[in-house]
Amino acid sequence: MRWYAADLHIHSALSPCAGHEMTPGAIVQALSAASVHLAAVTDHNSCENAAAFLRACRAQGIAGLVGMELETREEVHLLCLFDCLEAGMNWQEHVYQRLPWRENDERVFGSQLRFGAEGNPAGHVRRLLALSTDIALEEACAQVEARGGMCIPAHIDRPAYGLLGMLGMVPGDLPVPALEISATAREEEVRGRAGGGLGARRLVSFSDAHHLGQIVPVRTVFYVARPVLPELRLALAGRDGRRVVVFE
Amino acid sequence: MKVSQLATALNLQLENGGSLDRQVTGAYCSDMLSDVMANGREGQLWITVQTHQNVAAVATLMSLCAVIVTGGKRPSKELLAKAEDEAVPVLTTGLTTFEVAGRIYNLLRQKE
Repeated sequence: MRWYAADLHIHSALSPCAGHEMTPGAIVQALSAASVHLAAVTDHNSCENAAAFLRACRAQGIAGLVGMELETREEVHLLCLFDCLEAGMNWQEHVYQRLPWRENDERVFGSQLRFGAEGNPAGHVRRLLALSTDIALEEACAQVEARGGMCIPAHIDRPAYGLLGMLGMVPGDLPVPALEISATAREEEVRGRAGGGLGARRLVSFSDAHHLGQIVPVRTVFYVARPVLPELRLALAGRDGRRVVVFE
Repeated sequence: MKVSQLATALNLQLENGGSLDRQVTGAYCSDMLSDVMANGREGQLWITVQTHQNVAAVATLMSLCAVIVTGGKRPSKELLAKAEDEAVPVLTTGLTTFEVAGRIYNLLRQKE
């Protein structure tokens, strides 16, 4: 087993709010410079750049996961992670069916750039991705699990789109192995604000980078045998010698 | 004014088994549950488009008299069941939050 420095919340140029410089290749270069070992690109309601990202990761010796930042019906942001591209693309198809079709106005929201598997520019996605889907939070968790994936509610401490802000508290039976706090948030503070409502749930923290400069050495490290979801689950549960540590 | 009188006046549909006998002390409009926890007051009606089950928990915590889900949105089954357990009535309407709030504002003012 070994330590994997992990950043599982990064936006590529496919997210309208992210910088144009966030190409899969540039992201992976920045991850490499920041000594990140395990990473996922998590664009809003889409996995369209996952293939290009995985390929760029392989070339650089970084372990890549397939990711998406889903916006649920409640306007809660939920990281959805998968080990394989097929599962991620299958989930994306489901999400697209539950996302209202609206044309993206690039002047208002920003452009949504797609990249082919080779990292080549492959045009703009026309439908607006940064919208609320019609998928309820619990339903999303069940559907992602059914596809072998794992969900982590994103930046739960943020007033906008964070679980605590939108839903007041973490539903007691929500089947997620961890909760993400913002890159600059402190665990103690978030737990204090939630008044014990987070229970024994593990808190993790990723960059939520929208620009290359926000890809920095990570706060969250996993001690696992392999960089795959079943191992990360064990680490989040603190079982079988696997562990996760989050730095202040 | 009681919840039942208000429900009749606005033609609201009761979706679960909560009691409509409580007095309405006022109303609060918000779709962010943390906002309701911070700014809601006991006895108020809560007007929202949020349909997650945590609505029931927050309504109970704040001792609100009823929840009105607006805009023709359907409350989740889980929300209706939890609210019923806590005796919080959940009402629905096709009117928007703006329209419902305006009408309730006028009704409560008339009663003063």
